[in-house]
Amino acid sequence: MKYIAEYRDGALAREIAARIAAEATPGRRYNLMEFCGGHTHAISRYGLKDLLPAAVNMVHGPGCPVCVLPIGRIDNAIELAMQHGAIVCTYADTMRVPASGGLSLMKAKARGADIRMVYSAADALRIAQENPDRQVVFFAIGFETTTPPTAVVIKAAHAAGLGNFSVFCNHVLTPAAITHILESPEVRELGLVPLDGFIGPAHVSTIIGSQPYEYFAEEYAKPVVIAGFEPLDVMQAILMLVRQLNEGRAEVENEFTRAVTAEGNAKAKALVAEVFDLRKTFEWRGLGEVPYSALKIKAAYARFDAEARFGITYQSVPDNKACECGAILRGVKKPTDCKVFGTVCTPENPLGSCMVSSEGACAAHYTYGRFKDVPVKAA
Amino acid sequence: MCLAVPARVIELLADDEATIDLAGVRKRISLALVEGVAVDDYVIVHVGYALQKIDPAEAAKTLALFAEAKMLDSPA
Repeated sequence: MKYIAEYRDGALAREIAARIAAEATPGRRYNLMEFCGGHTHAISRYGLKDLLPAAVNMVHGPGCPVCVLPIGRIDNAIELAMQHGAIVCTYADTMRVPASGGLSLMKAKARGADIRMVYSAADALRIAQENPDRQVVFFAIGFETTTPPTAVVIKAAHAAGLGNFSVFCNHVLTPAAITHILESPEVRELGLVPLDGFIGPAHVSTIIGSQPYEYFAEEYAKPVVIAGFEPLDVMQAILMLVRQLNEGRAEVENEFTRAVTAEGNAKAKALVAEVFDLRKTFEWRGLGEVPYSALKIKAAYARFDAEARFGITYQSVPDNKACECGAILRGVKKPTDCKVFGTVCTPENPLGSCMVSSEGACAAHYTYGRFKDVPVKAA
Repeated sequence: MCLAVPARVIELLADDEATIDLAGVRKRISLALVEGVAVDDYVIVHVGYALQKIDPAEAAKTLALFAEAKMLDSPA
């Protein structure tokens, strides 16, 4: 497929890897965080780690919306379906995330809750139009990539005067999460997570542009290279980061120029600004409460806000004690550091959210054979 | 979650919609978030919405950038 196949050339990937190895300063470590789950997935799927020299250490970031969604929010979605009898429409990604009481959206559906997987927010709107006697809630999750389509359907529901449609908004923001990581004690004081630079988001940046990352390059003196999600994009971005670090530069560079401009998508940004306001704080799994890191529906569109319509209150729920998702999402631990990785917790039977989404660090690691790093213990 | 795919626009439809072709798979998507899309443009599609047009000139430049590593490696 055009714009995919040519970015997956294995021979070229090895050439770029050789370039990285040749240019890496002997004895120096390059600790690079790929913020996005999309990059984490590409690194595991295409075995990029095996191509890279030992000097390059990739640290997985928290850029997987399914992984960072706290249990309490899934509980709320189940409550909307089970207690309030609403049709809850959701992207498939959230279906298997473990919730309280051994439930998940999938298990709640098996118990009779009307939970429907949709491909698009527009499908949720259509379901509302087809079921005028039922309340229909769209369980909206995702980063800046996924937020504009939600804004479009809220505006469409408003224009159509749809009384039975609302949105349970869980949209979160990338720059706030990057700031939180850079300000975390693990990075600043304890030195547990050495971070020299970032691979910046691909599709998030098609919307927000490259400009919002200038702050990190300046304020924290960390280079950022925005990269596409194909393997050659990731390899090229690593080469660009190694070059910046070698030359003592900390700039925002854009490898994904075929889809990302400095300003991003002005039309999409305007729609989001019209429909959503910043939340003062929002809980992320792994990161805890992060100030100004999520969106809520503006007062002008409050009648489409499921939290207001159904009086939903959020209650924080601790993760399973054995689960290391929190530390993995902060880059403090790797999937293989978790005791339950690949034993109790597998993609078929996930205990934590990082094992649910294919972009979660644990699922990516497990699915593409990296579980072999774990020594097999005889039962 | 941020999964999105480049697809070719094959027909513009009413209500800001279009039909795209993805290696033979055809789907109706929304163009509500983009402007100035024409037939044969490639767009990045996410949850049924085009997020951006792909710039073919920039795509070619990036491919040339990859090839640079190769040229640098070979002896002059």
